[in-house]
Amino acid sequence: MIKVEGLYKSFGSLEVLKEINAEIKEGEVVVVIGPSGSGKSTFLRCLNLLETPTKGKITIAQDEITSAKYNPQKLRSEVGMVFQHFHLFPHMTTLENVTYAPIKVKGKSKKEAEQLGLDLLKKVGLSEKANEYPNRLSGGQKQRVAIARALAMEPSVMLFDEPTSALDPEMVKEVLDVMKSLAQTGMTMMIVTHEMGFAREVADRVIFMDEGMLVEEAQPLDFFSAPKTERAQNFLQKVL
Amino acid sequence: MDFQQIIPSMPYILQGIWVTLQIVLIAGLLGFAIGIILSLFKIGRISFLRWFADAYTSIFRGTPLVLQLMIIYYASPQLFGTQIEAYTAAILSFGLNSAAYISEIIRAGIQAVDKGQKEAAMALGVPYNKMMKDVILPQAMKNILPALMNEFITLTKESAIVTVIGVTDIMRRAYIVGSDKFAFLEPLLFAGLIYYLMVLVLTFAGKWVEGRMRRSD
Ligand SMILES: Nc1ncnc2c1ncn2[C@@H]1O[C@H](COP(=O)(O)OP(=O)(O)OP(=O)(O)O)[C@@H](O)[C@H]1O
Ligand SMILES: [Mg+2]
Repeated sequence: MIKVEGLYKSFGSLEVLKEINAEIKEGEVVVVIGPSGSGKSTFLRCLNLLETPTKGKITIAQDEITSAKYNPQKLRSEVGMVFQHFHLFPHMTTLENVTYAPIKVKGKSKKEAEQLGLDLLKKVGLSEKANEYPNRLSGGQKQRVAIARALAMEPSVMLFDEPTSALDPEMVKEVLDVMKSLAQTGMTMMIVTHEMGFAREVADRVIFMDEGMLVEEAQPLDFFSAPKTERAQNFLQKVL
Repeated sequence: MDFQQIIPSMPYILQGIWVTLQIVLIAGLLGFAIGIILSLFKIGRISFLRWFADAYTSIFRGTPLVLQLMIIYYASPQLFGTQIEAYTAAILSFGLNSAAYISEIIRAGIQAVDKGQKEAAMALGVPYNKMMKDVILPQAMKNILPALMNEFITLTKESAIVTVIGVTDIMRRAYIVGSDKFAFLEPLLFAGLIYYLMVLVLTFAGKWVEGRMRRSD
């Protein structure tokens, strides 16, 4: 589904990603962990070209998205993204947030988009909030709407950048549950998170990053019980 | 002071309200439309347009409005090949001038919108134009409403200088009445009162709209 070869990213003279190679298969759920500043967000953002890679090749669903000929608009309906701070459109209702892109980007009819939108809101457990504005929602509800909004473009890959980090502890579970059920539908997912319990339970694979490098890749059980590299051992000691 | 003597002329001065309002309203809309375009130039990627919008703003803010007005009116045969009407010249110069101020207000308003909004729109594949129109500008408008209202109030007061090119607005009418009666203080004070009331009404209207917008938050 996703293939990353020799990916580099620099901001000015700061080299943030160095020689990243990775492959994600269809339906796989990959969790990315690592210390703050290790480049996890940047890696994810390269995958939907919110950042332009400095060097390297990224292929998503047979398309080389890093090629100059590639149209990023196409990619963005292929890859959905959920942000730490939700970034819902505050001047649109929940349902409008979800239907906006299908109507304006995909050219769906309003009726069709609303049908889809209501379906998705139901899936994330927010049917009754369809006509509410975002500022009337709790953090957990906002994030679930944000997930529905990304899903409304019917992407084949979903990226999550610390989707629960901005939430009060009692709201983390409702968001993780939605993600869990999404994983069960066979969605290809890549998740940056500090929720180790979730990683252990849901991930097919864990990627550990440090200082812009992909340091270790393993099954979650192996990774959490017996990390191979010293850096991962140190990191896990601190967070677990 | 004897206001008695100008009572018969009061309707004449009051009719100037429409002239002033028309100039302010049309110039305001013109300034707003051009202001949006200039602000988009300013935040855009095309460096020539950026340069143009910055130069435009700098020139219109850096020279007297009355000079711009007189250039557009008295030099119109040289500029446009025909003498334009004073009324048209007034609207044109006020519109072009306020566009410079409004473009700065809108630019600041756009840049105050959370960067995450743009990223969320990009991540959904929303093209730049639609993103601006549907996502960024509606939020920017909310930020800039108070400043925009101020600009509108300034425009109302400053519009009094159209009197120098002979547009019969409130100010000009008060002056005409004054020279007719050989008494300037009363008609000018009356004109002042009209301007002041107009500004008060605009201020209240602005507060009201702002309050309503805040309620939708
Ligand atoms: N737009 C940018 N301009 C300059 N430097 C940046 C930019 N974005 C990220 N960086 C730098 O790149 C490095 C990696 O950032 P990144 O956000 O990818 O880390 P992260 O692993 O996601 O960290 P965190 O866990 O804190 O979110 C950091 O040193 C950061 O300061
Ligand atoms: Mg990050």
